[in-house]
Amino acid sequence: MEIDPFIFRLSIFILSIFVGYYVVWSVTPSLHTPLMSVTNAISSVIIVGAIIAALAGSSTEIFSTSSIFGYIAIVLAAVNIFGGFLVTQRMLQMYKKKKDKKK
Amino acid sequence: MISSNLSAIFYLISGILFILALRGLSSPDTSRQGNYFGIAGMFIAVVVTFLSIGNLSTSLIYVLVLLLLGGTIGAFIAFKIPMTAMPELVAGFHSLVGLAAVFVAVAAFLNPEVFNLGFFGEIKLASLIEMSIGAAVGAITFSGSIIAFLKLRGIMSGAPITFLGQHYINLFLGLGIFILIFYLCKTQSANIFWLVIAISFLIGVLLIIPIGGADMPVVISMLNSYSGWAAAGIGFTLENTALIITGALVGSSGAILSYIMCKAMNRSFFSVILGGFGADSSSANSNAQKDKKPVKSGNAEDAAFLMKNASSVIIVPGYGMAVAQAQHALREMVDKLKKNDIKISYAIHPVAGRMPGHMNVLLAEANVPYDEVFELEDINNDFANADVAFVIGANDVTNPIAKTDPKSPIFGMPVLDVEKCKSVLFVKRSLSPGYAGVDNELFYRDNTLMLFADAKKMTEDIVKNLD
Repeated sequence: MEIDPFIFRLSIFILSIFVGYYVVWSVTPSLHTPLMSVTNAISSVIIVGAIIAALAGSSTEIFSTSSIFGYIAIVLAAVNIFGGFLVTQRMLQMYKKKKDKKK
Repeated sequence: MISSNLSAIFYLISGILFILALRGLSSPDTSRQGNYFGIAGMFIAVVVTFLSIGNLSTSLIYVLVLLLLGGTIGAFIAFKIPMTAMPELVAGFHSLVGLAAVFVAVAAFLNPEVFNLGFFGEIKLASLIEMSIGAAVGAITFSGSIIAFLKLRGIMSGAPITFLGQHYINLFLGLGIFILIFYLCKTQSANIFWLVIAISFLIGVLLIIPIGGADMPVVISMLNSYSGWAAAGIGFTLENTALIITGALVGSSGAILSYIMCKAMNRSFFSVILGGFGADSSSANSNAQKDKKPVKSGNAEDAAFLMKNASSVIIVPGYGMAVAQAQHALREMVDKLKKNDIKISYAIHPVAGRMPGHMNVLLAEANVPYDEVFELEDINNDFANADVAFVIGANDVTNPIAKTDPKSPIFGMPVLDVEKCKSVLFVKRSLSPGYAGVDNELFYRDNTLMLFADAKKMTEDIVKNLD
């Protein structure tokens, strides 16, 4: 009997929870705020769904209801991706500055 | 157009890059590299999505324009936002992830063919369940984050809003969602799908309004977690590995942070969720009789004198310091003290800021070297050997009552052993209790000198007196 592909996805999901568990516990508490902003940014990978939905329309019908939702979701996710990564970068940069100064 | 097998491999790679991004945060030295891994992972995921669709009609231009539009807004916010406002920013960003999840789920529901999920009205059962869960969690994340944002921003009062039967209503609505999803699977009716989303928006609001301002660090972490589960739900719908991995990572990350925050406040997760903390009037009343106890108060000159003659000083910053924008003045004071060969360290309680790790970022912004900053468990034994503890803008996290009085609402909460220092300088505007509504016993100790003033002004005055 063949295994349903859902089971494979579920396996990936469960294993990733474990990976996440161990990786996040090893994050130093002083970087918990950047951790939140970067997780925020990466969870916006949901943009792939938005892109698929937005590009679904044929050339005759670019703005179907479904693709409009896709378009809006792209904007929302893009704000998050750029905002999330850049603000993380900005914070992490501050952790560097002092180190250089100390040297 | 690339094959779906190849794109699946690329999605896996971007998932791995996201894991490395989080892994990098284990130390400040590797963190920046980690962030680049994250950016690379995102880039791969987006490009592969474009390539896998192949059929690029005119809509591609719209997509790219919108991508750029969103990106510009995001970049603008990222550069403008002051570090004190990070909690609001993160809450706001969570709401966007939540709403994006809802919209993607709606798009998939209306046009399932493009996602290979069947046809409108005949969506595959598993996909339908996955997308409704994704949409529901996304909707809860969205409206909950909006409330958290409004509370943090001060647009809405931080006081908990409670009413009779609140928890029953939440329970009822939660069960309602499951029943509706069950019927949705039977009927494939769009109206039920809308109803599920609408109820989820309502639950998000109801879930967050009873939670008080003091518990906001838990709320933000919790919403972080939700946004991850929402992404994972959508990932299952779209059969996308990158999304599933990311969702699981973010979900567990948020859950761990919530756990750490709850532990730091000695509150059970459920008592936070059920809310109402911070409105406890009984504890506030019991303080009334204590107010007459004698308090020693001093001025900047006394403080400067004490610190100049110390050999080690531990600084205990709290959110009040950030509100007063005193971190730069504080750094100036520390520089002066260092010139006199005084050993300085900073003691940070896990809930010192408004979100996990917030105080560390604020100090980093003020150019405080991170190797002078210590977490509670690493520094607590040092207080007994230190000459002066300089408490600025913190309150509840220094209250020794948490160790002695089992009746106190904060009993059992891990606190900084500030009172063990030879002398304690406590910068505060008045003797009013902190968030928890509990009087701080530390004010009345013999070795405590209260400095009644605005944190920034007092620090600046001390700097002048150090010359």
